[in-house]
Amino acid sequence: MIALRVNGTEHTVDADPDMPLLWVVRDLIGLTGTKYGCGEALCGACVVHLDGEAVRACVTPISKAAGRSVTTIEGLSKDGNHPLQKAWVELGVPQCGYCQSGQIMSAAALLAKKPKPTNAEIDTSLAGNICRCGTYTRIRAAVRVAAGLPKEE
Amino acid sequence: MVARVADVSMRRRSFLQGLGLVAGGLTLGLLDEAEALAAPPAKAGAKAAGAPEGLSPNPFVHVSPAGEVVVVCQRSEMGQGVRSSLHVVIADELGADLARVRVVQAEGDKKYGDQNTDGSRSVRNDWVKLRQMGAMARTQLVAVAATRWRVPATECVARDHAVWHDRSKRTLGFGELAVDAGKLRVPDVKKIQLRPRSELRHVGTELPLRDGPDIVTGRGQFGADVKLPGMLVAVVERPPVVGGKVATFDATKALAVKGVRKVVELPTPQGAPAFQPRGGVAVIADHTWAAMRGRAALSITWDHGPNEIYDSDAYREQILSSVRAPGQVMRKVGDVDKAFAEAARTLEAEYYLPHLAHAAMEPPAALASFKDGACEVWATTQNPQAARTEVARALGIGEDKVKVNVTLVGGGFGRKSKADFVSEAALLSREAQAPVRVQWTREDDIRHDYFHTVSAQSLKVALDKDGKVTAWRHRTAFPPIPSTFDATQKRPSEGELGQGVLDLPLAIPNVQAEAGEAPAHVRIGWLRSVCNIFHGFAIGTFVDEVAHARGQDPRATWLDILGPARNLTPEEAGVKKIPNYGTPIADHPVEVGGLRNVIEKVTELSGWEAKRKAGQALGLSAHRSFLTSVAVVASAKRGKDGKPVIDEVWIVADAGLIVNAERVRSQLEGAVIFGMSVLFHGAITMRKGAVEQTNFRDYPVMRIGEAPRRIHVHVVPSEARPGGVGEPGVPPVAPAIANALFALDGTRHRQLPLSAKRPG
Ligand code: FES
Ligand code: FES
Repeated sequence: MIALRVNGTEHTVDADPDMPLLWVVRDLIGLTGTKYGCGEALCGACVVHLDGEAVRACVTPISKAAGRSVTTIEGLSKDGNHPLQKAWVELGVPQCGYCQSGQIMSAAALLAKKPKPTNAEIDTSLAGNICRCGTYTRIRAAVRVAAGLPKEE
Repeated sequence: MVARVADVSMRRRSFLQGLGLVAGGLTLGLLDEAEALAAPPAKAGAKAAGAPEGLSPNPFVHVSPAGEVVVVCQRSEMGQGVRSSLHVVIADELGADLARVRVVQAEGDKKYGDQNTDGSRSVRNDWVKLRQMGAMARTQLVAVAATRWRVPATECVARDHAVWHDRSKRTLGFGELAVDAGKLRVPDVKKIQLRPRSELRHVGTELPLRDGPDIVTGRGQFGADVKLPGMLVAVVERPPVVGGKVATFDATKALAVKGVRKVVELPTPQGAPAFQPRGGVAVIADHTWAAMRGRAALSITWDHGPNEIYDSDAYREQILSSVRAPGQVMRKVGDVDKAFAEAARTLEAEYYLPHLAHAAMEPPAALASFKDGACEVWATTQNPQAARTEVARALGIGEDKVKVNVTLVGGGFGRKSKADFVSEAALLSREAQAPVRVQWTREDDIRHDYFHTVSAQSLKVALDKDGKVTAWRHRTAFPPIPSTFDATQKRPSEGELGQGVLDLPLAIPNVQAEAGEAPAHVRIGWLRSVCNIFHGFAIGTFVDEVAHARGQDPRATWLDILGPARNLTPEEAGVKKIPNYGTPIADHPVEVGGLRNVIEKVTELSGWEAKRKAGQALGLSAHRSFLTSVAVVASAKRGKDGKPVIDEVWIVADAGLIVNAERVRSQLEGAVIFGMSVLFHGAITMRKGAVEQTNFRDYPVMRIGEAPRRIHVHVVPSEARPGGVGEPGVPPVAPAIANALFALDGTRHRQLPLSAKRPG
């Protein structure tokens, strides 16, 4: 039995220590906002925060999250009112939407450290997040808007 | 046996028809279809048991006594924005207040007409039909109000969710009219009056993204997000080679993995692949991780079958030699051979593009619950009716026993029109006697795709002493999509050649197009813009090569080769028929003026002349597909490290009338990135019949750092019949950028992808 806190709620899960946090969150706890895209730390669809740091849940064994605090997209804000979530809707960033929880979680970790990032910093922080629909230019703009910067650098 | 063959050919026909690959004939006219969709005229007052209270003149729209308008979205949402667009057509025609319209996702059912969401067809094919559906409801609401007021219906108007009699300043809300309207005879769709375009208030504007709030909070439900009590998860090891099968397998170790419940061998597909599951061995477990670990512990030996010979290096030479020799003539004007013999000079180039995988961010996933001889499915499908048919076939039950619910589709690009993964879930649910979700891993997705086809092309022109093009010959060879449904098909179908080869306007006196032979050894599918990807690339690059050979501005060469504004006829093109994506050219002509116009517009907006004079590296290309003309200009420059970067891209589209300007823009932006993946990154290669790539590590796609600094989108204002939007943005992107790279460093790119040459 492994104990962890997800979005402020304590959970105890019966899982092998090497079971990735992604499957614990999705299959055992039932939070499906965190997505599977590659399972190998290549796409960023599964990004969550572990004690505030962006991690790829697909390669984070649950043993590493034991006793720590996990935030998923469902716990990023109360009513979808995180500045990034608002900017994402305002600018119509999502197409299919599948990659977007990972994009937002990566961007949130960036803004927590760098409240006014440059485009180069945005690109570096989101380099691990693939969007096959190709929403990248809007992602950049929405991160900037959420940071209170003009849409374009 | 005979029945099976007939089945396959019927299936093939209907899917190819869906793609616009087969000439019409059987397709219903829009009006007929709308008529078929309308509920049979009910006896006054009769109401089907269980039907909701209120007005439901057809399966698309319902008005409740409380005044809620429910509109069905019958197409799948996969990022193109149908759930933010289609209901607006019905609502505007009805006169509804968008704030009081609820959108419901349709399950797979023929009563909705065509639901296959590909071919960029949702608006271009449904525009009139959806208006008719809304107009039927409006007609009935107006009739009730007019009767109550004892005024002619022609004096009443429906707007703002109510019917108004302006002269007497009376009004009745839709809700107040719904019950009585539901008792009326359903109006004849042929006689129904559509509103003048000017009254469709929201059509053509920037409409809000309906699913946006759900997506950014993680609430949106995709294929793998639906849960049922007692549900198990399965992961399948499929034969590495198409046509192969399990020889032996040992499940002992897999069954020892904690959480694994069952190991099941799936049936081997019979005959052509079509949409059948691939077979293989499934591990069914309590959760995804256990299923994945169980699968890794399987030991399987395979019988690979005849496709083990497939090797991409050898095949490349095979199809290149196919286009080095004369092929089957599919288009002919004048005499190209004579023109080549008499030419002052000729120019010839070969192009090779690899297989591509769709690699949508959401890998295929479906949940099925088989119980008491019936099956309910939740799937990320672009084609719920096909899924329904396939599941019924796989289980050997009637389609009436199968229900297919459609989730949000996390990227489709054509892959999720194929229902193989849905049938897997259904078969495994029956085996496990429990609901089963089949989860494809990324590796499964890359290895067992219906691949975009590999292609070789040869283009040749003759130039006279003044540099005028006197002959154009285009040879193309690629394993065709029909091979997936009938293994004897080795040559491109007319529909596939209609994607850039037969329908390219050429103001050149001698033209010939030839198709070579290319047998398939994998499942060939359709990927966003299909054959336009490679035809558009070769044509778009070759026009630039011709311009360079003539020492001319590529823009001038494009306009010169296309010739003056006119409608291309089959006679001029030298073909029996212009397939035109399933739409008769009489209804939607190949307007050369439209293509010229987007070229002129994109070069104007990008500052083509001034920037080129200033020495900037710009590239241009243009292509018409899915009835829409698109032109692209790209600018390349050297980054700080000296390596080329794509700085800005301009894309101009003439798609006729558009419904949701905002989603159209986002589709065109996405098409630029998708086209850049084609140019720079993707390649699926085969060794011993099996796919070499595994994941995004070796099948890279575009990442944010490579995205242009800016993408400028311009949509030509138009009230003409709608064309497609999801796909037509893609084809001109790769050649425009390749031409910009040529302008930057003088290197001509004729083989894709360029990833080896471009740092990530
Ligand atoms: S699923 Fe974790 S990085 Fe792709
Ligand atoms: S929005 Fe579809 S993958 Fe990003």
